[in-house]
This record gives sequence, C-alpha cells and structure tokens, in this order.
Amino acid sequence: MSETSEDILATASAWAAQGETVALATVVQTWGSSPRPPGSRLAMTASGKLAGSVSGGCIEGAVADAARQTMASGTPQVLDFGITDERAWEVGLACGGKVKVFVEKLA
Amino acid sequence: MKADLLARLQAAQADKQPVALITRLSDGLQLLWPQDEAPAPLVEAARTALADDAAQNLDYEGAAWFVHPHNPPLRLIIVGAVHIAQALVPMAQPLGFAVTVVDPRRAWATADRFPGITLIHEWTDDAMAQLAPDSRTAVVTLTHDPKLDDPALDVSLKSAAFYIGALGSRRTHAKRVARLTEMGHGAEALARIKSPVGLDIEAVTAAEIGLSIIAEIVAVRRGAALGTRARPPVAA
Repeated sequence: MSETSEDILATASAWAAQGETVALATVVQTWGSSPRPPGSRLAMTASGKLAGSVSGGCIEGAVADAARQTMASGTPQVLDFGITDERAWEVGLACGGKVKVFVEKLA
Repeated sequence: MKADLLARLQAAQADKQPVALITRLSDGLQLLWPQDEAPAPLVEAARTALADDAAQNLDYEGAAWFVHPHNPPLRLIIVGAVHIAQALVPMAQPLGFAVTVVDPRRAWATADRFPGITLIHEWTDDAMAQLAPDSRTAVVTLTHDPKLDDPALDVSLKSAAFYIGALGSRRTHAKRVARLTEMGHGAEALARIKSPVGLDIEAVTAAEIGLSIIAEIVAVRRGAALGTRARPPVAA
C-alpha cells in the first residue's frame, strides 16, 4: 500500500510544482469485495491528468467530478459508493462491494 | 492536504521514517505523526496502523478520523549477483521492494549488471549484519556457494526476516541443513528456509525462476496458502 501511495504523492507533488491545480482522492474504508484497499490514492489535476486508482475503474469518473468541485471550492468531501448508492451517484461497484473515498485539494 | 505537510511526508519517506497521516474527514484537518503531537487515541491508532501496515478508521470526539500508515519500503536482500538476481531485481522493484544485492565477487556485482541498485561487496556475514534484516525484509540466497550462502543464512535465521529463501536442489539443501545444524540452528529455525526456492511453477529460465521467487515472497507476505506449500522435511 505505502509503496504505490508514495508514487502517487510524488506525481501529485510534481504536478503542483508545475503550477497545476491538484486534488487527491484516498480510499478510507471498504466493505465486501472492493478492488482497492484503504490508503489507495488517485491524484487528479484540473487539466484532467490522472494517476493511481481508488477502484477497478468503475467510480473514478464520479470521483473526478467531485474532485473538480473540491478543486474549485477548496472544501474536502467524503464520497460513499456501493450498491445502495447507485441512484445517488449513478455509479456503483460491479463487484458488489462498498467504498468510502476522501477527496481533498492540494493547497 | 497542505503543500508543507506533503513536503514533510515526502521527506519522511525519503529518510525511510515510518509516519502516519492522520485526517479528520469532516474538514480535512491533518497531522503527521510522530512529528506532530496528537491526542492519545489517535497516537494509538497510528501505532497500530504502522505496526500492521493497515489503515485505521476511528471516531474521536464526535468526528471520523482516518489514519494512513506510510511505512518505508519492504526490503529484498539478494545474496549472489547472478543471472537469476538480474531477472529478479526488475520484478521486485515495482512490487514495492527496495533491493540490495550482496556479493563479494566484484566481477559479478557491478553497476553495469545492476544499474541503480545498492551493491555490497563485503563478505556476506558482515554485509548481512550491517543490513540487519527485520520483519519487513525478505532474503534470498542465490550463489550456490556454501561459503557465501551459509553465513548469510546464519544471520538471516537469527533475524525476524519474513522470508528466507535459498536456491538449490533438495540434495543441496539437505547438505545445507546439515551444515547449518552444526552451526547451532534447530529444526524449527531451519524450516523457515524456503528451498527449493520459489513457487512450484516448473520454472526453467532465469526469468521464470525470478518470477517463482518473487511470487512466493508476495504469497508469504500476504499470508496466502501458496506461501506455505509443504516441502518434504529434510533430515539433518
């Protein structure tokens, strides 16, 4: 976990140094068969660059949408994904798991 | 995350210091432990997270907190700068292992053969004593030469290394077990040595043997059943 997290942080840091607006998403809790463990990170820029992952790819789009809001407002968010939240987020985990993701701006 | 906290986190990682990033999810407030002081329940969660290398969630004073451990990389110590080592190194790195190659034979352990890898040319017992394998370290001996492998195994067996593997056939290993028994190691300690090394995938080439070894290391690290495959007991 720590090894991949480290790479994502280095990438996020490098983007920030280039003047990009950067947000970080981190898996904080999982239930059932979610593909990425707590601590997994996804870094994003306002210009649309992506590094890392918080799922097998099924929720990254929704996380990126939330990250754009957080990059604009500076306010962090906690996102819940899972079967029970399908209607709210219009995405869910095909694997049937649930995952909680923290989104923050790198400021 | 504030830029200065990210810089401190990256500095700790560069110094190979274990740190825990503690986040209050409601507003994103963050602490880096142990550099920053934290209330006792959060410190306890940080210690647990680092010891187990697993993130923790807890409620403290009515708020949800996330405790994210950032341990130094796992280590892989390869004894023997041989062809299989050359195959193993580039597989181990993306899996999160900081790799060190030990071989006093300078003709083998060259920067040409192992670009960017820490090479140690001292005798293997001195080298291993310096490297001090811990519970986040895997050791594999590949020289096939008892003069080099045995001292490294001797030090490793006295350590908490989570994986100890030794290249060699069953016959070679039986002789090795006899020698290590004479050096004072008991049957239980010797059973820690994975030999023949690697998962049984009928590996033939150096790359296939490297794959079998790194797969076994991952299996042991993750507690997979494959990592505990029975090997016939070897009589000393």
